[in-house]
Amino acid sequence: MKPFKTLDAVACPLPQSNVDTDQLIPARFMKRSRADGYGGFLLYDLRFDETGAQKADCPLNDTIRQGAQILVSRRNFGSGSSREAAVYALVDYGITCVIAPSYGDIFASNSVNNGLLPAVVSEEDCEALLAGLQDGAETATVDLEALTIRCANLVVPFTVDPVWRTKLLNGWDDIDLTRSHAEAIAAFAASDRERRPWMQPNRPATASSGT
Amino acid sequence: MPSIDAGGGRTLFDKVFDAHVVVKREDGQCLLWIDRHFLHEGSFHAFNKLKERDAEVARPDLTFGIEDHYVPTRTRDITKIDPAIRGMIEQLRGNSERHGLRLFDLDDPGQGIVHVVGPEQGLTLPGLTMVCGDSHTATHGAFGAIAFGIGASEVAHVLMTQTLWQKKPKRMRVTVDGVLAPGVTAKDIALSIIARIGADGAVGHAIEYAGSAIRGLSMEGRLTLCNLSIEAGGRCGMVAPDQTTVDYLRGRPFAPQGEAFEAAARDWLALASDLDAVFDREVRLDATEIAPVVTWGITPEDASPITATVPDPEQIADPARAAQVRDALDYMDIKPGQSLTDIRIDRVFIGSCTNSRIEDIRAAAAILAGRNAKVPGLVSPGSMLVKKQAEEEGLDRIIRDAGLEWVDAGCSMCVGMNGDLVPPGERCASTTNRNFRGRQGPGSRTHLMSPAMVAAAAVTGHLTDMRQLMREPAPAGN
Repeated sequence: MKPFKTLDAVACPLPQSNVDTDQLIPARFMKRSRADGYGGFLLYDLRFDETGAQKADCPLNDTIRQGAQILVSRRNFGSGSSREAAVYALVDYGITCVIAPSYGDIFASNSVNNGLLPAVVSEEDCEALLAGLQDGAETATVDLEALTIRCANLVVPFTVDPVWRTKLLNGWDDIDLTRSHAEAIAAFAASDRERRPWMQPNRPATASSGT
Repeated sequence: MPSIDAGGGRTLFDKVFDAHVVVKREDGQCLLWIDRHFLHEGSFHAFNKLKERDAEVARPDLTFGIEDHYVPTRTRDITKIDPAIRGMIEQLRGNSERHGLRLFDLDDPGQGIVHVVGPEQGLTLPGLTMVCGDSHTATHGAFGAIAFGIGASEVAHVLMTQTLWQKKPKRMRVTVDGVLAPGVTAKDIALSIIARIGADGAVGHAIEYAGSAIRGLSMEGRLTLCNLSIEAGGRCGMVAPDQTTVDYLRGRPFAPQGEAFEAAARDWLALASDLDAVFDREVRLDATEIAPVVTWGITPEDASPITATVPDPEQIADPARAAQVRDALDYMDIKPGQSLTDIRIDRVFIGSCTNSRIEDIRAAAAILAGRNAKVPGLVSPGSMLVKKQAEEEGLDRIIRDAGLEWVDAGCSMCVGMNGDLVPPGERCASTTNRNFRGRQGPGSRTHLMSPAMVAAAAVTGHLTDMRQLMREPAPAGN
């Protein structure tokens, strides 16, 4: 994964609360292979009308927001379904940082696994950033080492879980790290079998007959 | 994080979590052993990651596939369905076969929604860690398991290692004491909690549900309650195991049998929060104050008792909340101050991992009996075993006689992936878990409520306090 250190890019305001993952990518688009790219489906029903034409009132369709890599939104961003496709849609569209006061836990975790920074700001700073962008600011600078966001004439701090910060700064993937613990995992499994013999599923002769 | 690793008593969550820690790093990250991993058609992204690394499934014996998200509900023959949907089902079959996984496919008598099948088959047990690429995995916490939804990268990680890196979340206890009024259900408790604390009220927390009203719930009710933990933002939801839990599990096919079961039950019944356990947050509700609840907006926190009116954004002091309510009422096409019972509906749906178990079907049938639905609707039992049981009890006849469609098991109209959709602009009274914009289909409008409340809406054509229908006998000769 590509390390994330600083990002200086076009930022787009999305002044809504509870932008859930069903909105980030509607379920009907999730049958595609990732290789086809998910960016075209990002916030599809917000960006396009029934005929497939762009909606004028969607900030992402604004000329000055083209090529946006930063999205600023309100509380509980990415709530709902665990679909990682919501993150694929953001990343494939080009967004690598979302700024909001709070996130759905699963979404935030999925983001970090795809190199997307879920930056947490206070409600107050979020409103200030949204206002700055709506007043015409086009870009923002996100510094993951300094934990600051510069936008318009503002400098606001943000937080991110320290473990996630390290992972993003280094572009680490968990699997290789976990495999270095293979012996500990095997030892745990062996002792656990003694401790909790009932954990192992019973294998019914005729499965799924119910009771 | 005040209580983490502090002295004093431990919570139920701590006990189960700590028993699964393989490695603990200095930064607090724990490598957690996973006891059960459920897969569905959406798991293809994760299998593709395995393929990229030429990796195998570490523990096929703890990994189970279930066809639910995309399955048709009006036929079991996948040659007759949309080829793109068929492709999703075939990918899961191919991956399950290649890796030697037990798959509950459409021909299996135990097929159904993963969060109905797990408990029903005895795959879900107290004290386990359980994951699935589905946010409603929280459901299984009803047995005192730590169960939570994960994304595709994490699914791939569990497939390859049977572990997951996790940081211990904070702990929240929601205590509901008192006796529920007749007709008030676990769904009403859950929606009342979400309305109180918000759709992100439990973000970063593991919830334990406690109190006499929770103890009084059946396993079906506890499953509904824990299912909705994620709609409050909770990492997971749990209920401590008790005799109700043990009685439910005895004799289930994948649960321990005979003496092994009795030994396991002794371990399970010892799982509870210590009396001096400290929670990071405590929330209390009085069960006697809970009425049947419906949602009127586009997040589950937009919920009110059926006796209330639609809120007026002009009366809301917080500007962000007022804007959110304005936006919700605009999408839902309802007016501030309107009585909730005046909201007319176009369609009903009874099903989903939230409310599709036998108790739910019985509750809906009790209202539908001898009455006619004024709107069309679909009833999809949570599993083919629930379907069989309902048919043995004659509930399917009641449902069909009322004019609703009785179909096979799957996620169906909760998420519309299989093509069971609410048409654009229509308003659906639904037993599901999410009233998000377009969740049940582009432009659809969803009102969440309990199965009996959906049945009541079906027979009146508008949102209705089902308690009135409990009192009124069904019209004769109807």
